Amino acid sequence: MSSTDFRDPYASARETTEGTVYSVTGGDWDQTATEIGANKEERVVVNMGPQHPSTHGVLRLMLELDGETVTECRCGIGYLHTGIEKNCEFRTWTQGVTFVTRMDYLSPIFNETAYCLGVEKLLGITDQIPERATVIRVMMMELNRISSHMVALGTGALELGALSPMLFAFREREKVLDVFEMISGLRMNMAYVRPGGVAQDLPSGAIAKIRETVKDLRKNFKDNEKLLVGNSIWMKRTKDVGYLDLAGCTTLGVTGPVLRATGLPWDLRKTQPYCGYEDYEFDVITATSGDSYARFLIRMQELEQSLRIVEQCADKLEKSEGSPVMVTDKKIAWPAQLALGGDGLGNSLEHIRTIMGESMEALIHHFKLVTEGFRVPAGQVYTAVESPRGELGVHLVSDGGTRPFRVHFREPSFNNLQSTAAMVEGGQIADVVAAVASIDPVMGGVDR
Amino acid sequence: MFGVKGTGDTSGYGGLVRSSEQPGSSQRPYGSYFDEVADELERAYPLFSDAIEKVIVDRGELTLHIKRERLVEVAKILRDTPSLRFEFCLGVSGVHYPNEKGRELHAVYPLLSITNNRRIRLEVSVPESDPHIPSLVEVWAGNNWNERETYDMFGIIFDGHPALTRILMPDDWPGHPQRKDYPLGGIEVEYKGAVIPPPDRRRSYR
Repeated sequence: MSSTDFRDPYASARETTEGTVYSVTGGDWDQTATEIGANKEERVVVNMGPQHPSTHGVLRLMLELDGETVTECRCGIGYLHTGIEKNCEFRTWTQGVTFVTRMDYLSPIFNETAYCLGVEKLLGITDQIPERATVIRVMMMELNRISSHMVALGTGALELGALSPMLFAFREREKVLDVFEMISGLRMNMAYVRPGGVAQDLPSGAIAKIRETVKDLRKNFKDNEKLLVGNSIWMKRTKDVGYLDLAGCTTLGVTGPVLRATGLPWDLRKTQPYCGYEDYEFDVITATSGDSYARFLIRMQELEQSLRIVEQCADKLEKSEGSPVMVTDKKIAWPAQLALGGDGLGNSLEHIRTIMGESMEALIHHFKLVTEGFRVPAGQVYTAVESPRGELGVHLVSDGGTRPFRVHFREPSFNNLQSTAAMVEGGQIADVVAAVASIDPVMGGVDR
Repeated sequence: MFGVKGTGDTSGYGGLVRSSEQPGSSQRPYGSYFDEVADELERAYPLFSDAIEKVIVDRGELTLHIKRERLVEVAKILRDTPSLRFEFCLGVSGVHYPNEKGRELHAVYPLLSITNNRRIRLEVSVPESDPHIPSLVEVWAGNNWNERETYDMFGIIFDGHPALTRILMPDDWPGHPQRKDYPLGGIEVEYKGAVIPPPDRRRSYR
């Protein structure tokens, strides 16, 4: 049978300028291979994703194989593109928070904080943000780093066939999300950080809950540590896999744990402190081997550092009980005062009483800010925070209006994912999964 | 009031427009480490005054507006000169200013130097009718996807890019979604008899 009258229903053949191309979608591989085998220049292109369970959401990898070896790797992205940046241009600056929190859905607080720091820099009110609001932001960010790293570790292990670490990781993540729920009312996409401060103060009992959670987490992190650190199967799957050196990282714009795994202690919290990070005691974790195992170790140890920061925040918050969490400027501060009533969270009756019965000015401010928003002087800024995945930068442009002129997020996932090809080409196909897992891309952030 | 005619709108909203201008060029001294960066660049690059259209220092950030013909040269010098050493290019962000005639499309490159712990920003502007900017992929390979994204969203063509194709939108998508003249889309929503227009057709305050 010649290749032209090959009529396997699972492997249709067509002639192209590059030779015969077979599309194999199922059936008996041996039979197909024998039919194709006559051609010496055979190349097998395997499409991995976009719905493959170990491609971190909707990532599509196009792999060109020579046997089990990957000779070329291309990423196909964009399946989760939702036009958040464009949408932000049609809402007020405050409403933007609700959009950007949905970009990298595993680290919403970082998106919000980076965006709000940018808006505040444009407004020129960076110095006026109340201390308590900044400490709450730092605490929420570090808790968020823990929950994000838990997913990275858990799903990373799951993708390599280890189920228990995932169960442990998600069990711990749930505790962090409980804290988020208590503080902001939501487990994810909280829109809790607002330009000028945070949406509301901590509820009573929050600090006690946080302290208890930190204690629990510190104890339970050991479960995963015992399971994975030094585990010979885990090491065989991750050691010397997905290697990327420092030069590769700088030229590809790779930041975060992947960069620190090459030995460079570059962490924006230390090198370019924002939100008062210079006042906290913590260590920047590095490793030197630059492989998947090093990145895993870094994430594992960063959990403990985050816990340290959360504890210091709790101490500070106990001392600043009762101080404001929003700027005093009534032309910027979000006016609504939330309170928990019989029918759920909403505007507090006291606030309604003030604006409806007592203060005309308060009513005007409320109305103007909620319908129209505040004006932001024209100009552009770039602010960056160290998200769990690396440098999360926000480029904001204002034309002086009540809506952003341009919102651009420099997503670490997007830039880090570019290094996939450099990490996996020349390696085994099974190691692709380990390499991608160690980059920890979140497709919501990649595609935005 | 406020010039509203022929509408039942009694809210006082009259589409008032306040003018507001982007910050203009700055004069020396720029402050902070910006003078040093400018001096070093001037020393390392003899064509400095020809390549740099203007320098803007605003909100504690330095922006160098660069002629597109000189972009790659300046980028290489910023990366390779030991006293500058901007190892990281943090992507490229497009901005569309439809009112700036002749320089509607801007490409903004934030740079980071790990060696000196400094940040600066390069900005290149081109007309909509000739949206070509030389690619920086040969200088910072990591700009590959970022330039594809900016091409996808703004239609800026990066000459010399190894494979300038759409990255987020489907390959056969018409238009460039983040240009200001590209509609947001959306439908009207009716609720209890009242119709709420889609976001891009709601009133906006300027």
